[in-house]
Amino acid sequence: MPGLGFACLLLALAVCLYGIGASVYGARSGRVEFAESGRRAVYALAAILTVAFAVLEIAFLRNDFAFNTVADTSSRTTPTFYRAAAVWSSQEGSLLLWAWLLSLWSSLALFVTRRRMREVAAYATSILLGFVAFFVGLMIFYANPFATLSRVPAEGVGLDPLLRFPTMMIHPPMLYSGYTLCIIPLAFGMGALLARRVDADWIKAIRRFAFAAWLFLGVGVLLGARWSYSELGWGGYWGWDAVENASLMPWLTGTAFLHSLMIQEKRGMLKVWNVSLVLATGTLAIMGTFLVRSGILNSIHAFGGATLGVPFVILIGVLIGSSIYLVVSRRDMLRSQHRLDSLLSREAAFIANNLVLVGLCFVIFWGTYFPLISEAFTGQEASVGPPWFDRYTVPLALVLVLLSGIGPVIAWRRATLANARRNFLVPVLAALATLAVLAAVGVTHKGFATAMFCCASFVFASVLQEFWRGTRARRAMTGVALPRAFVELVRRNRRRYGGYVVHIGIAVLFVGVAASSSFQHASELSLRPGQTSKVGSYTFRYVRPTATLTPQYDRAHTGSTLALGAVLDVTKGSRHVATLEPSEGFYSSGDPSQGTVGSLIGGQPVSHISLNGGITRDVWSAVAPEIEAPQLQRIVRAGNATLGPEEAIIALGVLAREYLKRPPPAQFHFIVSPLVMWIWLGGLIVVAGALIAIWPAPSTVRRRVAARSLARAGRPLVRA
Amino acid sequence: MGLLTAVLIVLLLAGVVALVGAPLRRRHGPDQGTPTAGEAGESRDGWLAPGSDPALDDLEAAREAKYREIRDAELDYRTGKLSAEDYGSIDADLRTEALEILDRIDRARGDAETPGSERDDEQG
Repeated sequence: MPGLGFACLLLALAVCLYGIGASVYGARSGRVEFAESGRRAVYALAAILTVAFAVLEIAFLRNDFAFNTVADTSSRTTPTFYRAAAVWSSQEGSLLLWAWLLSLWSSLALFVTRRRMREVAAYATSILLGFVAFFVGLMIFYANPFATLSRVPAEGVGLDPLLRFPTMMIHPPMLYSGYTLCIIPLAFGMGALLARRVDADWIKAIRRFAFAAWLFLGVGVLLGARWSYSELGWGGYWGWDAVENASLMPWLTGTAFLHSLMIQEKRGMLKVWNVSLVLATGTLAIMGTFLVRSGILNSIHAFGGATLGVPFVILIGVLIGSSIYLVVSRRDMLRSQHRLDSLLSREAAFIANNLVLVGLCFVIFWGTYFPLISEAFTGQEASVGPPWFDRYTVPLALVLVLLSGIGPVIAWRRATLANARRNFLVPVLAALATLAVLAAVGVTHKGFATAMFCCASFVFASVLQEFWRGTRARRAMTGVALPRAFVELVRRNRRRYGGYVVHIGIAVLFVGVAASSSFQHASELSLRPGQTSKVGSYTFRYVRPTATLTPQYDRAHTGSTLALGAVLDVTKGSRHVATLEPSEGFYSSGDPSQGTVGSLIGGQPVSHISLNGGITRDVWSAVAPEIEAPQLQRIVRAGNATLGPEEAIIALGVLAREYLKRPPPAQFHFIVSPLVMWIWLGGLIVVAGALIAIWPAPSTVRRRVAARSLARAGRPLVRA
Repeated sequence: MGLLTAVLIVLLLAGVVALVGAPLRRRHGPDQGTPTAGEAGESRDGWLAPGSDPALDDLEAAREAKYREIRDAELDYRTGKLSAEDYGSIDADLRTEALEILDRIDRARGDAETPGSERDDEQG
């Protein structure tokens, strides 16, 4: 089947090139049939790439090591669950996933807009096909997922153990869905500029796609943070890593766009700003993919090689150049229809929010690309670490959270000082009350956390006040009971109140970040069984060692050959809190030079953390067993010398028994962090709010139903 | 390359040609005229779905946005974010703007219907 897969790629490239030509010709000449044919080329492309992706997925599930990619990133010992996800762990597979997802989203976007903005859609079609052609071209010329090996190995190398984590099944598709969805607004934005149709119609057409891109990217970022916290063994969820930052930047500009587009829809303002944000978000999405796949910056998340750097740099250069040209050449058409009425208005708050978000994005951009910038100017690669990022992002994050509480209580167009005073009274009192409580508890010495808790209280109070006043107003208008008035209020104003829920989620998330980063207790030390360590007010006791053999007994179900760990008893005072069982998995390296026994455990060891999470605090533990201890290495050496590959597992059994009988001291990492769960809860609230906001309003649904009914009623009349 | 692979590739190719080529074949069919934008002169009517007019679409989008603005202003007033005086002035402005848009929609509909009916007459 590799032949079918590669033929699909060739066919996909041909369809892209045809579709680009047909769409551009159709748009320029006005020949509708060519534009329609170009649109159908996108549908055909989605079908072709679905077949290609299915071919590769089946190869992974069937352990078809004739495929180079399968042999490099999967193995028979890799659990089926992870074999299915291994497709996108490779360079080649992830490029295919990118192209496939873009073809699917493009098909959906073009299907939804098939009866509107045909000229804009025709240009957008050619741009979307251009992106897919780029990725398909990369696969054909640089990273062919269907390349085969002349000699088929009996076993593959296996999936990188770091990626054997449940959320890795959905983290990359979520992130890539976000990236590819960012391309839809970019394509329509460019299409609108090319067709000189820069009214609100294109914004209306892509609004849901922009929202979906924002949602998918946000979920992807959060799942990545969760993976980092639960899998990487360092206990953090955000390390300002280049690839993490790359996914955050388009999310920030996307957030800015979702706010500023409302100003264009309502007031016809900020047209240049909005189209620039859309183009910047799409470009940042491509740059994010470039960072993961080019290997140009060091990152724990970068899985690519250096071969793709030049094509990506050319693409990004073309994107930036054409974006600037289009915006500058169409600046006359992008003039605002109105001016800002007052600095005390929701428009002004949104503009401030946009400036902070773009400022945050700029800081992160500078810090992320600083190694490249410094190398270009000084010839030496220098990088900035988390303290540099924290210095600039913390104050901006505080202002952002504060603005998310200010925006909801200010009116559109203009507000009076008297009204503002009345509306801000409760939120300000809530913030002051929080400050008083924090002072009473004695934790105001942590400046960032104190400020964030106060800002978050301000947001909670302002949003809850909005819900309360809105519900009360609804009840006064309709006379229904409060619960029904509340439901009707949200149902009739989904974007507004869904957005407010998102604001609450963001505030909850930042409370979790502030608390867990400011009040964390951590300890790293070596312990023998029976020894204890005090971390904050908790005591960790190393009760006994554990050892498990072969994949089917692997506690974390990740396919490790051997896992060595510990049973820990956690107490607070005299109260038992939890029993934790962290371990470290050892994986086969497939390297014969390590010996028959050594190669079974010579791969990259991966920590399987154990944590007891709660709404108020997480108790987190990781262990690094001393596998290099002399008594264990003696067994490995003896096994290497005397046992063949079939019997090598026996030596691991002996090693496991020896570890249980005479355990060497193990290195432990303990963390007690308050409110970490608030980060994940905040994320869930954000998702819930986004779903409320993105859901079609009842009036729209009714209109569509009515339109369909009319169409149905109309058809027989036309026929008659 | 096996026979099955070759057959699948041919089937895929045939499907793609059928799907992508359908609009071109329809346009060249005996019963179809050539109402393309290019041949229809500058009006580019061929771009439009039946009953669609870009200027009218823009105006209808503007009308919806204005209605939403009126509703939002009312909600802002009822939730205490606008004083009665400010609300009265903003609401009056918004309603005037909405009426202007409705007038323009009426004019655009009138303009759109006249040439459309002429064309219908010609075709009839």
